[in-house]
Amino acid sequence: MITMNKNYFEIKRAGINTTFQDQGRSNLYHIGIPFSGAMDNRNFQISNKLVGNKTNSPVIEFAYQGPLLKYFGDNIKCAITGDVKFVIKKNNNDIEGNCYQSFTLENGDEIDIMTTNKSVYGYLAISGKFNLEYQWSSCSINTKANIGANNGKRMKDAQKIYISKINKNLNDKKLNYINTKIEKIRVIKGTNFNYFSDKGKNIFFDKEFVVSKLSDRMGMRLDGPKIENIVDTNIKSEGLIKGVIQVPADGNPIIMLSDHGTIGGYPKIGVVISADYDKLVQLTPGSKIKFQEVELSSAETLFKLYDLETQNLISQI
Amino acid sequence: MIKNISNLGDAALYCDFGTEVNKDVNNKVIRYFKSIQKENIDGINNLTPSYNKLIISFDLRKKNFLTIKKLIENLNVVNDDNLESNKIRIPVCCDEKFSLDIKRLEEKLKISRDKIYEKFFNKEFFCYMTGFIAGMPFLGDLEIALRAKRLETPRVKVPKGSVGLTEQFANIYTFESPGGWNIIGNTPSVIFDSAKENNPNLINPGDVVTFEQITKDQYNDYNE
Repeated sequence: MITMNKNYFEIKRAGINTTFQDQGRSNLYHIGIPFSGAMDNRNFQISNKLVGNKTNSPVIEFAYQGPLLKYFGDNIKCAITGDVKFVIKKNNNDIEGNCYQSFTLENGDEIDIMTTNKSVYGYLAISGKFNLEYQWSSCSINTKANIGANNGKRMKDAQKIYISKINKNLNDKKLNYINTKIEKIRVIKGTNFNYFSDKGKNIFFDKEFVVSKLSDRMGMRLDGPKIENIVDTNIKSEGLIKGVIQVPADGNPIIMLSDHGTIGGYPKIGVVISADYDKLVQLTPGSKIKFQEVELSSAETLFKLYDLETQNLISQI
Repeated sequence: MIKNISNLGDAALYCDFGTEVNKDVNNKVIRYFKSIQKENIDGINNLTPSYNKLIISFDLRKKNFLTIKKLIENLNVVNDDNLESNKIRIPVCCDEKFSLDIKRLEEKLKISRDKIYEKFFNKEFFCYMTGFIAGMPFLGDLEIALRAKRLETPRVKVPKGSVGLTEQFANIYTFESPGGWNIIGNTPSVIFDSAKENNPNLINPGDVVTFEQITKDQYNDYNE
């Protein structure tokens, strides 16, 4: 055990919402467990490829302010993706960190992930294996149900993160990539679209909404003009998926994100298309967004293009 | 048997079994759910049965709406006889510290707490679905005399094990969660156990549940 755990990070500052995430868990909606998994799938996959891992390996996901980690052990490669400001501290020298570029940590070095610039989530991958517990084939932490690694809880100050295996002799890797911000969120009309008045429908597709502070891995709340319901502000409770936009009685939309409740009873005005999900989750509170309607067939094509672009980026590494 | 299949976004099928909520409709939902589970269709990554709907999520890299729709329309659906159903007894303590909303219910329903408990404990419930939070069972149907609306302002924290009523259903909070159901008691039973990966839910759709009133002492013994 001692030799296995001789490589580890000590968490000197945990950050706001730091968790382990992988591709998430499937086929559990019917018992009330959502996918979870990395919020921004593209950045998650790229971070792994930069350190020579399989693209679905567990990584550390952080939101807004990330962790300050001190490393003990043999040399290890790391990579950070997203739009992240961080420094690597070596013998009291601060070296400005670059995203999308692997770097080496030596015994005693620190990574200080200060902030995500105008975005929410960032990823830290290592050229090795975190020593993690799995539930339903995934280590993804769901803090609401306390499922996944670390007893399903976000990381805390002073705790240690053990690394069970390091892949040595890796070349440094780099990708030229800039995250772009999304201006319009494309949606397909929801199954209760006709619950809303003509005025409400027009507001939904014409007006600006603002991302509220009450947003997390479960959902994104929006403020803006109220969307009027003319049929019923409740439906018989039924399944939800990520990207569903529900409008409760107060007329303010809520978008379901990766840790969402699996069943809900508010009318569904729309569903965010799969191609726009990674960019949607990166919108910070205060960001302005507009919705744009697309047809199913366009949404399918847009996803194919987005996925192809992701695969191209990964193959460039 | 499915009245209508439409798309929910670009990566899910929305199967509508009709507007009514009753055991017959729900049985059809569960039969489809179990049949699809059995087929193990490549690309389907989640199924959510509810009272009268079934949502089928799929991986857009592998399948799309039309291919999944075709598969579902040609599906071999299992017979009612093959549906598994367990009978489960759930102990509930209605001590004052657990029955957070019993006073409210007495006032809203205009019947005494004794009558509320009498009607609640002498009844078999049917599990329509589980979810919202992990393992939470939606159990019906409550007698009409016990049907009340949700709290006007939901609680920020409903204690784990709380047994709640709303409209025609009863449910159990499998862990502490926000919620607006009328809480009448608390069970010491473990309803959701994530350590049992193969079968974490004590109660599954199609099961029959009865509640059994226990004293505070029995409740405390249960925890030991």
